[in-house]
Amino acid sequence: MSITQDARLQPEPVAATTLNGLAGADFGQPAVWVVAFLLVIMPLIANGFFLIEIFGTTLILGIVALSLMFLAGYGGMVSLMQLTIAGLAGYMTAVLGASGNANISLGWPWWLATPVALALATLFGTVGGALAVRTAGIYTIMITLAIASAFYYFTNQNWVIFNGHTGINSVVTPHFWGVDWRADIPFYYVILAVAALCYGAVSYLSRAPFGLALQGIRDNPRRMAALGFNVNAHRVAAYAFASFLAGLGGVLQVWNYRQISPGSVGVERAIDILIIAIVGGITRPIGPFIGALIFVLLRTFTLDFLVAVGLDGNRFRLLIGLGFLIIVLFSPDGIVGLWERWRNRNEAGSAQPGGERHG
Amino acid sequence: MFLSAVFNGITLGGLYFLVASGFTLIFGLMRNVNLAHGSLYLFGGYIGLAVSVATGSWLLSFVAAFIVVALVGIAMQILVFRRIEGQDLRQTMVTIGLSIVFADLMLWAFGGDFYQIQTPHALLGPIGLPFVTAVKSSGEAVYLQYPMVRLAILAASLVIGVAMWLALNRTRVGMIVRAGVDDRDILAAMGVPIQLVFVLVFALGAGLAGMAGVVGATFQSISPGEDIRFLLASLVVVIIGGMGSIPGAALGALIVGLAEQLGSVYIPTYAIVVTFLIMVLVLAVRPQGLLAGR
Repeated sequence: MSITQDARLQPEPVAATTLNGLAGADFGQPAVWVVAFLLVIMPLIANGFFLIEIFGTTLILGIVALSLMFLAGYGGMVSLMQLTIAGLAGYMTAVLGASGNANISLGWPWWLATPVALALATLFGTVGGALAVRTAGIYTIMITLAIASAFYYFTNQNWVIFNGHTGINSVVTPHFWGVDWRADIPFYYVILAVAALCYGAVSYLSRAPFGLALQGIRDNPRRMAALGFNVNAHRVAAYAFASFLAGLGGVLQVWNYRQISPGSVGVERAIDILIIAIVGGITRPIGPFIGALIFVLLRTFTLDFLVAVGLDGNRFRLLIGLGFLIIVLFSPDGIVGLWERWRNRNEAGSAQPGGERHG
Repeated sequence: MFLSAVFNGITLGGLYFLVASGFTLIFGLMRNVNLAHGSLYLFGGYIGLAVSVATGSWLLSFVAAFIVVALVGIAMQILVFRRIEGQDLRQTMVTIGLSIVFADLMLWAFGGDFYQIQTPHALLGPIGLPFVTAVKSSGEAVYLQYPMVRLAILAASLVIGVAMWLALNRTRVGMIVRAGVDDRDILAAMGVPIQLVFVLVFALGAGLAGMAGVVGATFQSISPGEDIRFLLASLVVVIIGGMGSIPGAALGALIVGLAEQLGSVYIPTYAIVVTFLIMVLVLAVRPQGLLAGR
C-alpha cells in the first residue's frame, strides 16, 4: 500500500491540480505576487526580532520541511531523518569551520567548510535513503526514526567530534565583502534567497521528467518498474536531492543560532519537522512554509497567550500535539488541502469564474 | 567484566523484549506502527511508581500498571484507530501526535524528575552465581556476584515470552491472532469477531509495555525522555528481529541488549553506533528482519 494513498484522502480528485500547480496558475494570481513583494520588503516592516526570530526561522524550518514534503509528497516516502541531515550539515559547518571550541573546530574558511558540510550531509542522507528504500511504505518511517534517534544519542555520547551534550558554541559566521552576513537584514535576505531557490527547485522538479517519474513511482512502483524505470535509483536520487535541501536548511540554522547541540537534533525536533510538513500540507511546496509559520508563531506566542487566558504557559507541546492530531484526523492534506477544498467549493458555487484552475 | 557485561546485556534484552513484543504483536496484527508505545511504557512506569508508593507492594504495581495501560490501549484502539482502519500512514501519524500529547501530559503530572521504584526486600542484594570470575592467591575461587532483582526480571521475561509463544501457537485465540497476521480480511470473512481480537491484542500489547515500564522503573529509572529511548529500542529490536514476529523480537532484544552493554563497556563513546551498525547490517542482508515469516 502506498503512503500517499493514505496521506491524500480526498474524495474529489483535487490532487490533479498539484502537478502543474505552480507553473501556469499560481504566478497568474495577484496574491502570490503580494506575498513575494511583502517578503522582499519585510525588513522595512519588521524589526530585528520579527525579521529573524519569526520570518527567518520560519523560512529555515520551511526549507527542512520542504525536503520532507518533496520526499513524502512526490516520492511517497515519509522520512523522519530530514532534521538529522540538517543537523549533520550544521555540525559539520561548526566542526570544519571556526567556533568557540578551538580544540574541535578545524577553522576552515566558510567557503570551504560550507560546501564540504553540504556534501557530507548529502552523502549521509543518500546512504540513509539507500537503506530506507530497501523496505517500503511504513517501514521507512521506522528506519528513518531509528536513524534520527541513533544520531541524537551518538552526538550526546561522542566528545571527539560532536563535543557531547554541550555541543559547539560561538560558531563563526561568514563575513566578507565588508558585510557581516549574520547581521539581521543581510541574513534575512540570505535565508530568503535560499528558501526561494529551494522552493523554485522543488516546483521545477515536480514537473521535470525526474519528478514526474518519481510521482509515478509513488502511485504505482510496479507499473513504473515494468515501464523500464529503475524504481530504487529514482528513490535514492530523491533522497539525495532532499538531503541537499535539508543540508542547506541546517547550515542556515547553525548560522542563525551560532551554536549547535544534541538538543537541536533530538527526536522531538525531527518530529516537529514532520508536524510542520503535515500541518502545512505535503501536496504542494508552499505547504511546509505555511506549516512552519504556524509552528513558529505558536512556539513564540503560546506562552504569553496561555498565561494571558490563565493557563499554564508550558503546555506548548500539548497544544502542538493536539493541533497535529486534529489535522491528521480531519484534514490529511493539511492547511493547504483545507484551503483548496474551501476554494473549490466557492468556485463551484459561483459558476467557475475564469476557469483558470483546471488541472 | 566481560561476564557481567554479558549478564547485563541479557537482562536488558529481557526488558527490551517485554517492550518490543507488544509493539511487534500490534504491528503484526493491525499493521499499526504504534509510535506511542514508548509513552505507554513510561506511563506504566509512573502508574507502577504511584501504586508502589501508595501500597508498598511491588507485585501489585505490576498488576495495576498492566490493567491501567491496557485500558489506555483499549481506549486508543476503539476511539481512534478503529476510525481510520487500514490507513497505515495516518494511524502512524496519529500515534506520533498521541505520543507528543502523552509526553506533555506526563511531564505535567509527574514533573521532570528521575524516579525509581523501591526494589522489594526479597529481591534486594546480590546473589552468587556459579561462574568463576577470578581466582584468589589462596586458590579460592571468586564467584560472580549479581543483583537478584535482575535475575528475577530475566526470569519473568522468559516466562512471559514462553507464555506468549504457547498462547500464540497452542491456543485457539492464538490461532486466530496468527491467522489475522497472515490475512485479516479472510479472517474477518470467516466470521471471527475481528474487532474484538484487535482490541484484545492492543490491550495485551499495551499492558506488556506498561509492565515493562514497572520493570524499567525498578532496575533503571524513569524520567521524561525514557519514552523515546524505549521507542527507539523497540524499533531497532523489531527491525532486526522481523516485524510481527515474537521469536524475532526475542532474538532482536537479546542482540540489542548485548550490543548495548558490551559496547558501553568496551567502546563507551560509540556504543550506540554498534547497535545501529547491526541494524544496518540486517537491513542490508535481510531487509525483512532475521526471523520474519514473510
